[in-house]
Amino acid sequence: MDFATLIQLLDSSIRLATPLLLACLAGLYSERAGIFDIGLEGKILISAFFSASIAFTTGNVWLGLLAGIASSMVFALLHGVASITFRGNQLISGVAINFLAAGMTVVVSDSWFSLGGRTPQLETSGRFQNITLPFAEQLQGVPILGPIYHDLISGHSILVYAAFLIVPLTWWLLYRTRFGLRLRAVGENPAAVDTAGISVVRMRFTAVLICGVLCGIAGAYLSTSLSAGFVREMSAGRGFIALAALIFAKWRPWYALMACLLFGLLDATGSLFQNIRLLGISVPVQFMQALPYILTVVILAGFVGKAIPPRAGGEPYVKER
Amino acid sequence: MTDTEPYAIELKGISKAFGPVQANKDISLHVRKGAIHGIVGENGAGKSTLMSILYGFYKADAGEILINGQPTPIPDSQAAIRAGIGMVHQHFKLVENFTVVENVILGAEDGALLQPSITKARRILKELSDEYELHVDPDSVIEEISVGHQQRVEILKQLYRHADILILDEPTGVLTPAEADHLFRILNGLKEQGKTIILITHKLREIMEVTDTVSVMRRGEMTATVQTADTSPEELAELMVGRKVLLRVDKAPANPGEVVLDIKDLRANDDQKVERLKGISLQIRAGEILGIAGVAGNGQSELLEVLGGMIAATGGSIAVNGEQIDLTGTSSDGQSRRARGIAHVPEDRQREGLIMPFMAWENMGFGYHHDPKYQKNRLFMDNAALKQDTAEKMERFDVRPPNPFLEAKNFSGGNQQKIVVAREIERNPDLLLIGQPTRGVDIGAIEFIHKQIIALRDEGKAILLVSVELDEIMSLSDRIAVMFDGHIMGERLPSETDEGELGLLMAGVTKGAA
Repeated sequence: MDFATLIQLLDSSIRLATPLLLACLAGLYSERAGIFDIGLEGKILISAFFSASIAFTTGNVWLGLLAGIASSMVFALLHGVASITFRGNQLISGVAINFLAAGMTVVVSDSWFSLGGRTPQLETSGRFQNITLPFAEQLQGVPILGPIYHDLISGHSILVYAAFLIVPLTWWLLYRTRFGLRLRAVGENPAAVDTAGISVVRMRFTAVLICGVLCGIAGAYLSTSLSAGFVREMSAGRGFIALAALIFAKWRPWYALMACLLFGLLDATGSLFQNIRLLGISVPVQFMQALPYILTVVILAGFVGKAIPPRAGGEPYVKER
Repeated sequence: MTDTEPYAIELKGISKAFGPVQANKDISLHVRKGAIHGIVGENGAGKSTLMSILYGFYKADAGEILINGQPTPIPDSQAAIRAGIGMVHQHFKLVENFTVVENVILGAEDGALLQPSITKARRILKELSDEYELHVDPDSVIEEISVGHQQRVEILKQLYRHADILILDEPTGVLTPAEADHLFRILNGLKEQGKTIILITHKLREIMEVTDTVSVMRRGEMTATVQTADTSPEELAELMVGRKVLLRVDKAPANPGEVVLDIKDLRANDDQKVERLKGISLQIRAGEILGIAGVAGNGQSELLEVLGGMIAATGGSIAVNGEQIDLTGTSSDGQSRRARGIAHVPEDRQREGLIMPFMAWENMGFGYHHDPKYQKNRLFMDNAALKQDTAEKMERFDVRPPNPFLEAKNFSGGNQQKIVVAREIERNPDLLLIGQPTRGVDIGAIEFIHKQIIALRDEGKAILLVSVELDEIMSLSDRIAVMFDGHIMGERLPSETDEGELGLLMAGVTKGAA
C-alpha cells in the first residue's frame, strides 16, 4: 500500500467514523444517566430524512440541520416520556422508535417527493461543504506532513470537526463539572441523587435530550454531508454499531473516539479494498463489507473483556418507601 | 426545656394514608434540641413513613412540621436539607464507584465546576474528621471501604450540608459491635456540639444505651414518649406489641446426640468466582443449635446455599447422618437435599423463600411437590389436598390472616416468614438450615419463631442458625461459631463468651493478635 492510498483510507475512515462517533456520544449521555437507548438508529434515520427534506425545500443546509435535530429530539422526548415518566421498558420503547422512524421516513418522503422513499438530490447549497483549513494549499508540497494536513486533516465538513471537538467537551463535562457528576451519579444510583435533593427526572430528561441533539447531527451528517440526499434505511445499522462501540469504550468519551475510529477504519477498508488477496485466497467483497457488523457481534458477545455498564442502567427509578 | 428555647422538631397531628392503609395517624412528637431521641416500633408501625415525611420524601395528608419553632413545610428533600435536616438511610444512598469526596459534594456543589467544591470539601472533611472522630480518606472509592466506613461517609455528607438534625434509620444493622460502639461515640460527640439526633431502631438495648428520650409507635400511632432513664426494655417491648412479650428465650439445656451434619474443609465460590468459603469444618449433633455469627458477607450466605443445594461446592465434603452427600451435579440440588431430610429457610424470604405474587397455598408446596400426599394420580396434583394442608399449617403457625388464597406479598414480613418456617419445620427434617430467621419480623412473631426453633431442637433435630443479630445468636445457640472472610474464627459456648469477644472474632481479630 502506498502512502497516498493510506491517506485516502484514513481520510475515508474519518468520514465514516463521524456519524458513529456522534451517535456513540449520544448514547453515552443517555446511558450514563441510566437510560438505555437502542433507538439511536431511529433517531439518526428520522433526522437524516428531515435534514435532507428541509435542506432541499429551503435550499439552506443549516435549516436542514435544525430540522433534523428537532425531529430527533422529538423522538428522544418520546423515549423519555415512555421510559422516565411512565417507567416503561427502555428496550421496547427503543425498538418502537426504530420501527416508527423506518416506516415514517419512507411514507412521508413518498408522499412529499414521490421518489419511492428518497428525497431529491441535494444541490450545493443544500449540503455541508468541505472546509479547507488555513494554509492547506500552501503546505501541500511539504513531504509527508503536507498530504497529511491537506488531505487528511483539512477538507472535511464542519460537522466532522464538530464531532471530534465534542469528544473533549464531553470528557470535560463528565468529569470536571457539576452537571457531569450528577449525570454519572444518576446512572449509578438514582436514589443517592434523589436524597441529595436533585431531581432524577430532570437529570434523565436532560441526558435524553442531549442524546437527541447528537443523534440529530449524526443524521444530518449522513444525508447532507456524507451523501447528497436521503435514501430509505440510509442509517444502515450505524445506531447499533455505535452502541457496540459504546460498550467497547466502556462508556468513556476518549475510548469512544478510538472505538468509532476503529469501526470507521473497518468500514473504509471494506469499501476501498473490494478485492483483496490474503494468503493466496481472494477474500469475497461481501465479507469485507460485512466486517464492521461481524465485529459488532464479536464485541457484543463480550470478547473484549468485562464492560460494566452504569449500574442503574435500564431501570426506571421508583422512590422506595 | 426552658420556655425561651423552642423544640428542634415539633410534629403536630401528622397523618398519612397509602390507599386504605393508614400509615400515620395523628402523630405528634417533640424533640428537644441537643437530644438523642429514639423511635421504636414494629415493622409497619409507621416509623419510616414518619421520617420520610420529615425528610420530604412523602407529603403528609394532614399536620404541621415545626423546625426550631418555625412552621416549615417540607415538600421535597431539598427543603428538608435547607431546614437543616439530614438523613442516614438504612440502605446507604452512596454512589458506589465515586470517591468519598465526590459523594459528599453531590447535590451540594458550590458552582458549575467541580474543582473548587472538591478542594473546599477536602478541607471541611478534614476538620469534621478531627472534630468528631469520623476518620475517612476523602479519595477512597466507596465500594472499596467497609460498611462502617460508608456509614461515616453518610454522616459526613449530612454534616457537610450543615445538618443540625440527624435522622438515622436502623444504623447498626450492618455493623460489628465495635463499629456500633464507635458510631455511638460519634453520636454522643455530635450531641455535645448541639446537634439533635433521631435514632430509629428495633434494638431496645441500643435505645437504652444512647437515647435521652424515646417514642414508641404502634400501628401508625405514637403510643408513648418517655424518658429513657424511666423505662425498661420490657416496658418498651410491651408498648410496641400491645401485650407482654418474653424478650429472653426460655430453653432447657441441650442434650446433644449423634453427629447429624459433618462438614470437612468445605470450599465454594460466589457468582464472581471469588472464593467465599475457604475451608469450613463444622459438626452439628442431634438436639443441638449451632449459631453462626458474623458480619454479613463473610461467607455465611454461601454456607447456607451450599448446604441447601443452591450453589455447588468447589471442594471438601459434607456428611449427613454419616453418609456423604454430593456437592455438585443434579444430585446436589435442593430437591435431593430435602429428600435427605435437610430443610432450608433461606436468608432472603422474598427472593428465595417465596414467590411473592403467588398465593400462600402455592408457596406452601414449593420443594415438596412430589409429596405423595399432594398427588391425585400420576398426572395431576391434588390441589385441594395442598390447600387443606396449607390451611392447617397456617392455623398451627398462627399466620395472620389464615387465608391460603392470599398472595404472599400481601402478608406482613413476620407472617411471610411464618409461612416459610411452617413449610420447612412441618416436614420434620433431621437438619434445619435457617438464615436470618427474624430479619424484618416484628417482636411478637420473633418470639413465636424462636419457640418453634427450640421445640424442633428439643425433638432431637440438628439446627444450623445463621444470623447477623448477635443477640439472637447468643440467646438461641447451644454453640456459637464465628465466621470471618470465609473461615471459622473459632467456636464458643454462649455461657463462656460475651459480645465483646465475639465482636473481635467477627472483625477477624484472633486471640493472639488481640
